[in-house]
Amino acid sequence: MLKEFRPAVMSFVVLTVITGIVYPFVMTGFSQIFMSNTANGSLVVKDGKAVGSRLIGQAFSDPKYFWGRPSATSPMPYNGLASGGSNLGPTNPALIDEVKARLQALRDADPDNHAPVPVELVTASGSGLDPEISPAAAQYQVSRVAHARGLEVAAVNRLIAQHTEPRQFGILGEPRVNVLALNLALDTLH
Amino acid sequence: MTTNGFLQIVLFLGTLLLLAKPMGWYMSKIYEGDIPGFVRWFVPVEKGLYRLCGIESGQEMGWVRYAIALLWFSLLGMVAVYALQRLQGFLPFNPQHFGAVSPDSSFNTAVSFMTNTNWQAYSGESTMSYLTQMSGLTVQNFLSAASGMAVAVALIRGFARHSVKTVGNFWVDMTRSVLYILLPLSILFACVLVSQGVVQNFAANKIIHTVESQVYDNPKMDAAGNPVKDAAGNPVTEKATTQAQTIPFGPVASQEAIKMIGTNGGGFFNANSAHPYENPTPLTNFLQMIMMFLIPAGLCYTFGKMIGDTRQGWAILTAMTLVFVAMLAVTETSEQAGNPAFAALGIDQAASSTQAGGNMEGKETRFGIVNSALFATITTSASCGAVNSMHDSFMPLGGMVPLSLIQLGEVVFGGVGSGLYGMLIYAIIAIFIAGLMIGRTPEYIGKKIESFDIKMASLVILIPPLLILCGTAVAVMAEAGKAGVGNPGAHGFSEILYAFSSAAGNNGSAFAGLSANTPFYNIALGVAMFFGRIWLMVPVLALAGSLAAKKRIPSGAGTLATHTPIFVMLLIGTVFLVGALNFVPALGLGPVVEQLAMVGAH
Repeated sequence: MLKEFRPAVMSFVVLTVITGIVYPFVMTGFSQIFMSNTANGSLVVKDGKAVGSRLIGQAFSDPKYFWGRPSATSPMPYNGLASGGSNLGPTNPALIDEVKARLQALRDADPDNHAPVPVELVTASGSGLDPEISPAAAQYQVSRVAHARGLEVAAVNRLIAQHTEPRQFGILGEPRVNVLALNLALDTLH
Repeated sequence: MTTNGFLQIVLFLGTLLLLAKPMGWYMSKIYEGDIPGFVRWFVPVEKGLYRLCGIESGQEMGWVRYAIALLWFSLLGMVAVYALQRLQGFLPFNPQHFGAVSPDSSFNTAVSFMTNTNWQAYSGESTMSYLTQMSGLTVQNFLSAASGMAVAVALIRGFARHSVKTVGNFWVDMTRSVLYILLPLSILFACVLVSQGVVQNFAANKIIHTVESQVYDNPKMDAAGNPVKDAAGNPVTEKATTQAQTIPFGPVASQEAIKMIGTNGGGFFNANSAHPYENPTPLTNFLQMIMMFLIPAGLCYTFGKMIGDTRQGWAILTAMTLVFVAMLAVTETSEQAGNPAFAALGIDQAASSTQAGGNMEGKETRFGIVNSALFATITTSASCGAVNSMHDSFMPLGGMVPLSLIQLGEVVFGGVGSGLYGMLIYAIIAIFIAGLMIGRTPEYIGKKIESFDIKMASLVILIPPLLILCGTAVAVMAEAGKAGVGNPGAHGFSEILYAFSSAAGNNGSAFAGLSANTPFYNIALGVAMFFGRIWLMVPVLALAGSLAAKKRIPSGAGTLATHTPIFVMLLIGTVFLVGALNFVPALGLGPVVEQLAMVGAH
């Protein structure tokens, strides 16, 4: 029984050093030297200051900006310290109420738009930090954004096309638009 | 399903099956001690490690000694993770200055990571210091996976050997799993992850100034830091404005890599693989899915190779793949169909070239429906438990598939090691049933299956349902159990059932609406995880010892062939009958009722 105790302690200590200290440190060192941008959060810098991350979404509610996915983090949406989804079940009345409220907010901000609302704009993302929306979700918001900024619809559409990322290698994932990048580009149009 | 969706699934399965053979060949070489040339420079490290630790690598162990070594090693891991969480406030690499984790949560997490479950009642980014994450949790990701692989190899040796008392040396099998298999793969994979955007640093979280300021309801706190509640018991909030966002950092990629390769599934962040810093692009998502199945699929070939008949390994792999594809079809269809309650509101849920459509609640845009449903099916087929979408928000039938796959015992590919030994147990049960039907003594791979073997196999099959069903029954009767439920009605029952299934099955995914970070759930689920792992490994090792001691009997005219399509179908049938029948009433009360109510309402 006790014969295996010493090898247990010793191999636990040695393997902890290898996998729990050497391995993460070597990976960090390597990443910091060769991939420092992505290893440090893919930050978006504007005028020398970080205004966000390409990968972490931000809350937008002004009609002149494109809105991202609803976020269920608390206490505020897109809280980087409390990632997670709503975990509301598909038949939970609370989910239906939230969806109706989001739908109403979209309709109120753009009363003349009677197109069906893409599902992503009324459903909370899994992480609560989803940085992207589908091209359809961006299309839906074009008239509101163009109107709020006094821009031509065609100009806004062009911007969406520029910021639409296709499926990776043409096959993986879904086509998508980075909301922060799109909004920053919009601000430079003026 | 869309054409592209179909192509993505074919690409995934094709890549996996192509990699199974080389991976399996490589692992068989490692475990037989015939280290291939391109990793031979690791040999001095291995030898040095044995010398340092007092391990006599040439000495073989009987199953009892093998089990004792495994138990000591697991116990130490558990104690270390517990201690690190309790003491993290005094230790370095804690830039956010997190204090000690509560005793019940620390116990739960320690058991969870030791047992390869990686159930997470805590939220990583607001609880665990970097030291706890890398030197406690990451280490257990390696070691619990290596322990599972060692047990699987011991069982394979039970079949491969005859008339001997020993099944291998635990320290050698475990060390080789780490040094030659898990660590090199993790290093490669972590590099790819960082290149795509997974963070890897030791910096403190960064606070940035967002483009737009936002107004939100902030819960009011009293002087002691507890939320203030009004007369009705609802939290009181006040309006607050902020333009700050905290960007979370840490050594994520190194943990993320082994989290998938070792089918662990414990995320650095609360949102797990849905978090853009854990799983930033469709490519990382694809590779994470491959990594979950790579070793489990490869081990099937390793099995065939080591027993000297690769057809046996391919038969097991075929059975796994067929069950997987059938279950995947249900999840994909169910999630792509979307929520009927939304259809009436004028919401567009149709898939098109510009959107994924379907039930997007709890799913990320970059993964859409196809990759979310695929990931969910994989993670619960394997005992991984990483999630890239919130299973609690899946449609009733879409959520029932992950739940059922866990309840089948995670033998469809399954966890590293545990998947193969689980499926081999089912194969023994299948051959036993077939033997009864034709009135012959059952044999599998040249070994006569006798009373002791069937007793051990039965323990492995019966202990998880006992833990799951009894645990669920206690929780739905106890006030402390019901208090955690996050969704009303049948779905709330599903949340509890899922929690105990996930714990006893060592999966770790959740219907996360359940508030499980309470003393009741931390302890109940901790106990379920412990017995769901240890009480299966010990009978499996006993079986390995019993098989190794048997003589090999040459196959004759009366031997049932176990590499044929008929055996594959028999095996699948046994998995469903034995594995699923236990849970039909419970599933009826949860997802089935919810589905019927939903269809009835629309």
